[in-house]
Amino acid sequence: MSVAITLATARRIMTQLRHDRRTVALMVLVPTLVMILLYYVMDDERSFGRWAPILLCVFPFLVMFLITSIATLRERTSGTLERLMAMPLGRLDLLLGYGLAFGLAACAQVALALAVSLTWLGLDLPGPLWPLVLVALLNALLGTALGLLCSAFARTEFQAVQFMPIVMIPQILLGGILVPRGQMATVLEWISDVLPMSYAIEAMAHAVADADPGGEFWRDVVVVAGSAVLALLLGAATLRRRTS
Amino acid sequence: MMNLSDPAIAVRDLRVVRGGAEVLHGLTFEVPRGQVTGLLGPSGCGKTTLMRAIVGVQIVSGGEARVLGEPAGSAGLRRRIGYSTQSPAVYRDLTVLENLRYFAAVLGAPKDDPERVLAEVGLAGAARQLGSTLSGGQLGRAGLAVALLGRPELLVLDEPTVGLDPVLRQELWTLFHRLAEGGTTILVSSHVMDEAARCERLIVLRQGEILADETPGALRAHTGTADLEEAFLRLIEERAAA
Repeated sequence: MSVAITLATARRIMTQLRHDRRTVALMVLVPTLVMILLYYVMDDERSFGRWAPILLCVFPFLVMFLITSIATLRERTSGTLERLMAMPLGRLDLLLGYGLAFGLAACAQVALALAVSLTWLGLDLPGPLWPLVLVALLNALLGTALGLLCSAFARTEFQAVQFMPIVMIPQILLGGILVPRGQMATVLEWISDVLPMSYAIEAMAHAVADADPGGEFWRDVVVVAGSAVLALLLGAATLRRRTS
Repeated sequence: MMNLSDPAIAVRDLRVVRGGAEVLHGLTFEVPRGQVTGLLGPSGCGKTTLMRAIVGVQIVSGGEARVLGEPAGSAGLRRRIGYSTQSPAVYRDLTVLENLRYFAAVLGAPKDDPERVLAEVGLAGAARQLGSTLSGGQLGRAGLAVALLGRPELLVLDEPTVGLDPVLRQELWTLFHRLAEGGTTILVSSHVMDEAARCERLIVLRQGEILADETPGALRAHTGTADLEEAFLRLIEERAAA
């Protein structure tokens, strides 16, 4: 692993994004627009206050998952990954480069959605802002890491996008959004217990509702961060120097 | 420490299986240092697979390949080999210069290396063009430029002159010979026989086996024809008769 190569990789990925303004615009604007839509659909500040944190959880994850899985798939199919694997680049250099570049993109995304929610849409936070930002960023990283991992199992971009509902929908259904986790059938609750999104949603709920997020918030944060690291390591294991 | 008289590449009984079928059937050969060696043969004969094995990105099922004194694929070789693939591995959504700067950073090559290699492949005029706007020939040269970064001791070039006009081809061959004179070993593949005459040594491959491994002059003499295309046909007849 080399810091210089990791940073060069992150810079390269951000340059690629810079050449693709439309993707950047969509990435930054869409969550905010959906937030605004949600506000008018709910038409009531209390329901909005309940749903907003969930969207702030889901969006960074979703977008980063999609973008990363397509970007790394392209890297695999265009031959640039093979070229890099024949060069002195560590596998973690590549993965952390992606994590860093897309993490920064996620920052911009979350910053705008939060700014609009807190001002125009009147989302009320009893406590400080940082827990919310922390969870959103960890979620973006988790999305990036899982996207990297899943791209190893896709041969085409069509397959890669299909992984999105597979990874996303069960986590939303079992994450305690629609039905509280305690009310699910035991087996479903077990599954819910091992899905990182369950903890991300819980952490986000604490970040929005509590004046001073305590032990449970931190436990959730550690679980989400741990899942992101685990997914990154698994993703690194799928990058092979030699292929058939 | 290795001896300079040692071959740059020494391959012994190399076997590769892809998709359940053996595509390289126990190849044994050496590539001398500081020369341009041509890897010739029709499309599908195993040239790319062999080059991938030498670079160390191909899973091999038997035999061994030693490159610059180390087993192929060793971490220490990653800075010493320049590899350009047949379909140019450059980012289409970056400019040529941005591509080169990134790969130069990964290799730890000098800061001015991107400009140097661009001039060498005659692509300085397109430095600020996006990869996606380049012609096939320009993309190929961009891929070749990446392989030249950091002045590697061994260049493995898979069909670097495909789709280029005769003037550019001439220029690239002049570049290859200049690099070889400076001590660089070059292994270059082609399916065009007229390029064979420009190599100092030829390895002719067909269906995963070596048909010939000699100088162009020796190949002409032993097949009794001045034309290398004709020589290739004679080699196949010889093999069929044997």
